[in-house]
Amino acid sequence: MGIEEFLNSQILNSLIFLSMLFGTLIYGFVNSIILALVALGFNLTFGISGVANFAYGALYILAGFLSWVLFNSVGLPYVFAAILSVLLTAIAGALMYRFILLRIRGMVLSEVIATFGIGLSILELFKYLGFIGFEYTLPVFIDYSIDIGQVTIDMQRIFIVIIGIALAVFLWFFTHYTKTGLRFRGIAQDERTALSLGINSDLVATLSVSFGAAYAAIAAIVILPLGTITVDHGYEVLINALAVCIVGGLGSTGGVVIASFLLGYAQTFTATYIESHWVMVVPLVAILAILVIKPSGLFGEQKELEERI
Amino acid sequence: MLKKRKERIDRGIKVRSEDIFALCSWKEMLYLSTPRLLPIVGLLVLSFLLSLYWQKVLLSVSVIALLAISWDLLAQSGMVSLGQALFFGMGAYLAGIMNHYWGLSPFLTIPMATILGGIFCTVLLLPVLRLRGIYFAMVTLILPVMLVRVIEATKIFGGTEGISGLTPLPSRWLELYIIIVALLAAFFGFRRLMGSDFGLVLKGINDNDRSVMNAGINIYWFKAQALFIAGSVGAFAGAYMTHVYMFVGMPVFALDYSILPIAAAVVGGAGTFAGSMFGAFILVPLSEVLRGFGGLRIVLYGLFLVVFIVALPEGIFHYIQRKYHQFERWVEVEK
Repeated sequence: MGIEEFLNSQILNSLIFLSMLFGTLIYGFVNSIILALVALGFNLTFGISGVANFAYGALYILAGFLSWVLFNSVGLPYVFAAILSVLLTAIAGALMYRFILLRIRGMVLSEVIATFGIGLSILELFKYLGFIGFEYTLPVFIDYSIDIGQVTIDMQRIFIVIIGIALAVFLWFFTHYTKTGLRFRGIAQDERTALSLGINSDLVATLSVSFGAAYAAIAAIVILPLGTITVDHGYEVLINALAVCIVGGLGSTGGVVIASFLLGYAQTFTATYIESHWVMVVPLVAILAILVIKPSGLFGEQKELEERI
Repeated sequence: MLKKRKERIDRGIKVRSEDIFALCSWKEMLYLSTPRLLPIVGLLVLSFLLSLYWQKVLLSVSVIALLAISWDLLAQSGMVSLGQALFFGMGAYLAGIMNHYWGLSPFLTIPMATILGGIFCTVLLLPVLRLRGIYFAMVTLILPVMLVRVIEATKIFGGTEGISGLTPLPSRWLELYIIIVALLAAFFGFRRLMGSDFGLVLKGINDNDRSVMNAGINIYWFKAQALFIAGSVGAFAGAYMTHVYMFVGMPVFALDYSILPIAAAVVGGAGTFAGSMFGAFILVPLSEVLRGFGGLRIVLYGLFLVVFIVALPEGIFHYIQRKYHQFERWVEVEK
């Protein structure tokens, strides 16, 4: 092999490496936004009402199947089906809080078991009803893809990025500039003081759970077109949401965004350069490491006295 | 307007039998001994009466009961665990490995896996002993899930296939009585333990860890010991189950082994080991009965759990205990 050929192959190799890296960076970005979308609702509910909603993954899948049924079986236009399923999921969240969680509020273990039981029932009910197979997919919004440099990316992923950013920004403005949002934060900071100022904490907590459910539903409708809707996906969503929230700090929106970028890139790089088996290990290791080192998360409010001795 | 209220008063016999006078009459002695003898006699009689199928059910009931009381011990010392599967799976894999690779007999692997499993779990959880409440719970929830993924990714110990063809226990009766004796020993042992000074410290850690530290007691040492005891019991259940199934694989870290014991403790009533055991004796047979519903089983199970936690948060055992010790009557509300 002549020196020139060798140099050429070297250049070619590094070009391939660079384009692969560029692709990984782009897809890692999308993956991060997906994680953030999934985690925002969980974080909203936990940050405000303190309820760790373990039925979150189930609500996510519920929204997916609801819009599938409304679109394919009932025959509504897709836009209406999507909106209706978001509303229905939000109502389901509110009902869940009003009739079950309200009675066991403050008992953390009972809350976890109750929400987990509800989630388990919903997911397994879908399994029982036979919602398994490749036909259960949601349509993409626009079937089109564009090239960024060497990397091809479909419109759905771009929508995910846009909607993810929009939802995060909306949440920030909502909690800082609207009356309901300010009530949310009031309850989150100090429930008793908020009560003394005439804020109905039960109502606000109901709203927060139902908002969290709505966020889960929106995330489902945007993300699920990328693959099929499977029941097992619900459990993965829950673990991812938990991981992002714990790493970022439970109840901190900024933390969620940063943590989802950390985890999103970690996952994508693991999938590209190590092996796809290890992808699900990444969030778990992240949770463990953070809990051992700094349990309140990277950007969580300091609650050192409550979390450790 | 409510004119009456319910009053609860201890039964006379309860008050009498709390004292040395309990030894004066058969009635009082029976009152005291019946609840304690009931599990012993009940388990031995059941083991004879049941058909082969229900004997197997009794076996898994006992395993879940073991996990449930070990959960209860941890919960009473201020460590709420959401991952009993960690202990169970650790014991199961240790026994499986020792049997498969080294060819040791079950009578060696089960005790060794019990001790080693306890040590491994304690060492694994040592860094997070400082964590409290939900944070500790999250770690225990994540660990078994992670170990499964690691086994899946590295393909060690048979990977997704697991290790099969392990040595079974020599006889069916031995199999049954090992677990029954172990369950009874752990149950009464734990009750004694929590009644001793050692148990008092553990309860103190649960109530207020800082004041226990103030008393000059190293709470981490006590927590580590509690963890070792609970972990060993869980590991024993796992090691035993490995030899019963003659198989060990990823399902031993499954969520079932974390959720079922907690559910048993919640339904039966946490805080007394009897409640957790009782819960296992309700839930596991119930899930067998529900098997007829096929896939709907887990759905009903989840709903049952939710209904229970909302409607009877104290648990069945506390309810029964109250009825046993106290009587109730309606009295006029004083003006």
